[in-house]
Amino acid sequence: MSHHIVEVKGLSHVYPDGTHALRDVSFRITHGESVALIGANGAGKSTLLLHLNGYLVPTQGEVRVGDLPVTRTTLNEIRRSVGMVFQNPDDQLFMPTVFDDVAFGPLNLGLPPEEAERRVAQALEQVDALPLRGKPPYRLSAGEKKRVAIAAVLAMSPDILVMDEPTDGLDPFARRTLIGLLKEFRHTRIITSHDLDMVLELCQRAIVLHEGRVMADGPVLDIFRDEALLAACRLEPPLSMQGCPVCGGQGR
Amino acid sequence: MAGIDAVITDLHALEGLALEDSPLQRLDPRAKLLTTLLYIVCVVSFGRYELSALAPFAIFPVAMIAGGSLSLLPLLRRIVLLLPFPLMVGIFNPLIDREIMVQLGPLAISGGWISLASIFLRSLLTLGAALVLVSVTGFPAICAALERFRVPRVFVVQLLFLHRYLYVLAEEGGRMARAREFRSFGNRGMGIRPTTALLGTLLFRTWDRAGRIHHAMLCRGFRGEFPVRRTFRFGLRELLFTAGWSVLFLMLRMGNLSRIVGGLIMEVVR
Repeated sequence: MSHHIVEVKGLSHVYPDGTHALRDVSFRITHGESVALIGANGAGKSTLLLHLNGYLVPTQGEVRVGDLPVTRTTLNEIRRSVGMVFQNPDDQLFMPTVFDDVAFGPLNLGLPPEEAERRVAQALEQVDALPLRGKPPYRLSAGEKKRVAIAAVLAMSPDILVMDEPTDGLDPFARRTLIGLLKEFRHTRIITSHDLDMVLELCQRAIVLHEGRVMADGPVLDIFRDEALLAACRLEPPLSMQGCPVCGGQGR
Repeated sequence: MAGIDAVITDLHALEGLALEDSPLQRLDPRAKLLTTLLYIVCVVSFGRYELSALAPFAIFPVAMIAGGSLSLLPLLRRIVLLLPFPLMVGIFNPLIDREIMVQLGPLAISGGWISLASIFLRSLLTLGAALVLVSVTGFPAICAALERFRVPRVFVVQLLFLHRYLYVLAEEGGRMARAREFRSFGNRGMGIRPTTALLGTLLFRTWDRAGRIHHAMLCRGFRGEFPVRRTFRFGLRELLFTAGWSVLFLMLRMGNLSRIVGGLIMEVVR
């Protein structure tokens, strides 16, 4: 049995106000894959992410994680297995200290305090944030908050990492550090982002959403070379694939 | 608005102290909570004209401030902020109760003024003790202690959410107020109508944000209870702390220390 597979079949979602956020979305992500979900603002990325751990219930269709369908009865198992890192770490960090915040998940899983502490230390070590453990989260910089938010999820030993705009609001150095960190993970990763250069570095596969539908699903490079597709979906190739505005040199 | 930002900074500063490591901060929260509760009960249980017997009770907050290395000024600022509420209770006493109780030479003081002063002093003492408790213990730890005292979990979790919501409200309110201030010129844009619109939006914004925070909690396995990592230990130190203070409070409650000391001084002088 593998928990590392995410399968979405014919998923549609209509919000109570009548907005069709997702229309017949289907894909399958397998063990260890690193997949980018890209699309313009309002394309349905966030709605899709909220289905992956059962926060939203499909209007139609089904989501499966590993061998389990995402339903009310499987929520606990699903939420342990799918770790979600929020776009805004301020929404995610709410305990008085970094250590308590990272321990929140493991303790909720019912681990004994010593084991939870071991996991917290390990997770903080992994994101290079162990020295921050006694600090209150609101005193951290944006980059530190992001790393702590990731540690908070890692401490629950998820099989699948779902990240919403991980590089959003980071300075170049913090962004570079984070990309280096994410490269080392061996989890199945699902990343939404407008930072397509980061996607190019981290993901082998991209799923393009436009107005709630899957417009393309394939190798990242193929998708980024298809300028017509990108333009139709209100996207552009990553900067590193565009020509240099100064010397006129071609990108990759 | 600098005002709201200052409030948030103050709130953070108040609770940040609880994270520091001193013997007082390390004490089991139950000991501090129990002692403070007994203190408050003793202070409020005096008769309404009591003033002199209340004065010695200042020793508890003062000792806690010294023991927890708290700074006095921010604490006083918060007390001043809260004082108007209890004072509202006694504001009409001087008008209603005009019976003269104390005659200091030509100055006659009515019972109303004395009871108002008594309310003021009690508020000062109890608010001070409560704020000092939060400073040296931290709100989540107080809630954990309440839970250990078998207060129903629903209430405790409500309190914790309320505490968290306070920050959400202050942060979102601060951002909106700042955005408005930057685009208001003179009094334009600062009137009552934009304010009501702002408050309405604030409700929805905090609502949304609270939803996101709740989602983040669910993602990490939240099922209606806040786990506590700290191991509670009500040891000898806690016992001594609680028993020592309790005995002192009861002694101060039973006998009027100010009067005894005053009497002694008068004896010596005579």
